[in-house]
Amino acid sequence: MQPESYVAHHYPNLRQQEHAARLGMWLFLATEILLFAGLFTGYSVYRFLYAETFAQASEHLSVAAGTINTVVLITSSLSVALAHHLVQHGRGKAAALSLLVTLGFALVFLAIKAWEWTHDFHEGLLPGRFFTNAELTSTGAPMFFTVYFLMTGLHGLHVVIGMTVLAILMVLCWRGAYDHGYTTPVELGGMYWHLVDLIWIFLYPLLYLI
Amino acid sequence: MSQSLATTPPAPADAPAYNPRNYLNAEAGIASWLLTRDHKRIAVMYLVVTTLSFALGGFYAMLIRIELLTPGPTIMSAMSYNRMFTLHGVVMIFLFMIPAIPGVFGNFFLPLMLGARDVAFPRLNLLSLYLYAIGAAIAVYGMIHGGADTGWTFYTPYSTTTVTKVVPILLGAFVLGFSSILTGLNFIVTTHTLRAPGMSWMRMPLFVWSIYATSVIQILATPVLGITLLLVAFEHAFGWGIFDPARGGDPILFQHLFWFYSHPAVYIMVLPAMAVMSEVIQASARKNIFGYKAVAFSSLGIAFVGFFTWGHHLFTSGQSTLDAGIFGVLSMFVGIFTAIKVFNWTATLYEGAVKFTTWFAYFCGFLFFLVFGGMTGIALATVSLDIHWQDTYFVVAHFHFIMVGSVIMAWLAALHYWWPKMFGRLYPEGWGLVSAVLIILGFNATFIPQFLLGNYGMPRRYYSYPERFWPLNVASTAGASLLAFGFTIILVYLAISLRWGKVAGPNPWGSRGFEWDTLSPPPTENFLENPVYTRGPHDYTEAPEGAEVTHAT
Repeated sequence: MQPESYVAHHYPNLRQQEHAARLGMWLFLATEILLFAGLFTGYSVYRFLYAETFAQASEHLSVAAGTINTVVLITSSLSVALAHHLVQHGRGKAAALSLLVTLGFALVFLAIKAWEWTHDFHEGLLPGRFFTNAELTSTGAPMFFTVYFLMTGLHGLHVVIGMTVLAILMVLCWRGAYDHGYTTPVELGGMYWHLVDLIWIFLYPLLYLI
Repeated sequence: MSQSLATTPPAPADAPAYNPRNYLNAEAGIASWLLTRDHKRIAVMYLVVTTLSFALGGFYAMLIRIELLTPGPTIMSAMSYNRMFTLHGVVMIFLFMIPAIPGVFGNFFLPLMLGARDVAFPRLNLLSLYLYAIGAAIAVYGMIHGGADTGWTFYTPYSTTTVTKVVPILLGAFVLGFSSILTGLNFIVTTHTLRAPGMSWMRMPLFVWSIYATSVIQILATPVLGITLLLVAFEHAFGWGIFDPARGGDPILFQHLFWFYSHPAVYIMVLPAMAVMSEVIQASARKNIFGYKAVAFSSLGIAFVGFFTWGHHLFTSGQSTLDAGIFGVLSMFVGIFTAIKVFNWTATLYEGAVKFTTWFAYFCGFLFFLVFGGMTGIALATVSLDIHWQDTYFVVAHFHFIMVGSVIMAWLAALHYWWPKMFGRLYPEGWGLVSAVLIILGFNATFIPQFLLGNYGMPRRYYSYPERFWPLNVASTAGASLLAFGFTIILVYLAISLRWGKVAGPNPWGSRGFEWDTLSPPPTENFLENPVYTRGPHDYTEAPEGAEVTHAT
């Protein structure tokens, strides 16, 4: 199949169609950032109100787990970028493997996150009215965990959505759907994955390193 | 819908001006509509669903006005009244005013004005219509199963503790937000990538500029509302405490987040109204707009400044005097950009060859509501005055003038101006003018008494009032009845004109807007040959071929 056969009837050529798809994706990423912006605003307000409590509560999180997860996610960004590079050079099967590696990293991330959450559940480090931890008694402590679970929860949801997208792209790459010069879907999927990483890069210092 | 009234073309011998092979009858069957990717068919479906929503919101409004006809209980309890004004607000804002003009006229005419065959992402466009339907269904489910009594603003902590069905309504509004985001995203990308040869940015019709500015707000503000509504629903369901003062939360944070969207949302409603009016005024005056660049960039100016004014909703929420002053001044900047438009529109009329059509009547109404509503807005942005009017009917009357007045005027102007293009037939001009006069008078009769009531101190959102407010409330209800009567007339004659209206021909108004270059109704592919543009829109220096009207020079 020639690249030209992918051109929809309302575009004059493939280049312009790809430009439109890319622009659309950038705008979509902007909306994602603003979706998180509400939570970042909430975080800032409560961090300002309960500065010391937030610092104490943060010490109950595992910095090691957060750091490993950061490394894991940043590395997965590399493998997804590699996948796009490979598929652009017509190596669909290699790209699929690179996406498989990305999915592996994503699973490791989720596993570590799940372990962290289980640990928090046991210690009663839970949001709002579910908070039962005896060590942390000041007013802002449950709020830290409200913010923590909202932010990491919404981010986790984005990881799962990103994994679904990458899994579909992986199958299509393996079948050779993008071996003929039309690789925009892989590029867009990669962009989404980079955004998921980027948000984590902000969450990590805000939640673990204060 | 396969062979409805509008899709049955007249016999070619009777009506050579009617395009027999158009988007309405290109394919038949209900599935061809539900699975279509044609922006024009999606626009027509948007027209149907937003009109239904408008009728529903109007029904709630009439119930409110009947309740307020007499002091004390009239037809409902205080609790039902709380539900009614909440549902009225939710339906009119989220289901009608935000999607109506972009969804119907933006979808239909943005590609036609750019010389494009469709929007950038046709499937996404259909998805946005379905998200609208799903969001509306969830919200209506909540309305049937108890409704909500929070007001459309969902202020915490009341909204997180009320026993009414606020969660489905919040989730419905959340889904509707996604519909709005996708429409905005589509329009921005379409404007950037699908302009036909010769269509430079400075040749774009002003409608496109204003819709583009709207889309920027839709994309940047709506996600913030999305997360905020989710947080309220979460709080209501699970009690995580993010807005709960008993758990260290801050309810004022909700107000900030909510108005960060909901103030710009006012411009999501008004900018498309301005978009319509910029087209209508040029076609009415048969003149190119006075100050094209000023009108185009003032749309972007409103979109930009709109993001920095939300604090004027929090003047009495414990905001510092300095903050209140800054937000007040920033709010007044919107008035500057709006005034630029108003002056340019009126200057366009100078020496124009104005023909008094129905859509020009709506332009006049629009100008009145925009200027009057805008001036009271400047007054409300003055902190010391706002403290007197806070939560009174003055505020209610102000925002009904500025958003509802201008949106309804623009929606009706657009409907009449573009009706011949969309359906190939003319509406009856006489009836059009009669209903326009009824609606403009009815709107004034409804809301001018409310300005007075508010100034006398009648608070909003109460189902009862002291007897001294009685006469003005009767006047307001009478005005609302006049409005309802006017809308009914329009509904009837437009429905009749679908089948029996005079065939319009490609350009009954002699307009030089680009959308009139194609046939009426347009063919599925929009243009018979790919358009190339060598002039700007509304260039009236030479008469278009076959126009029956004379032109000003």
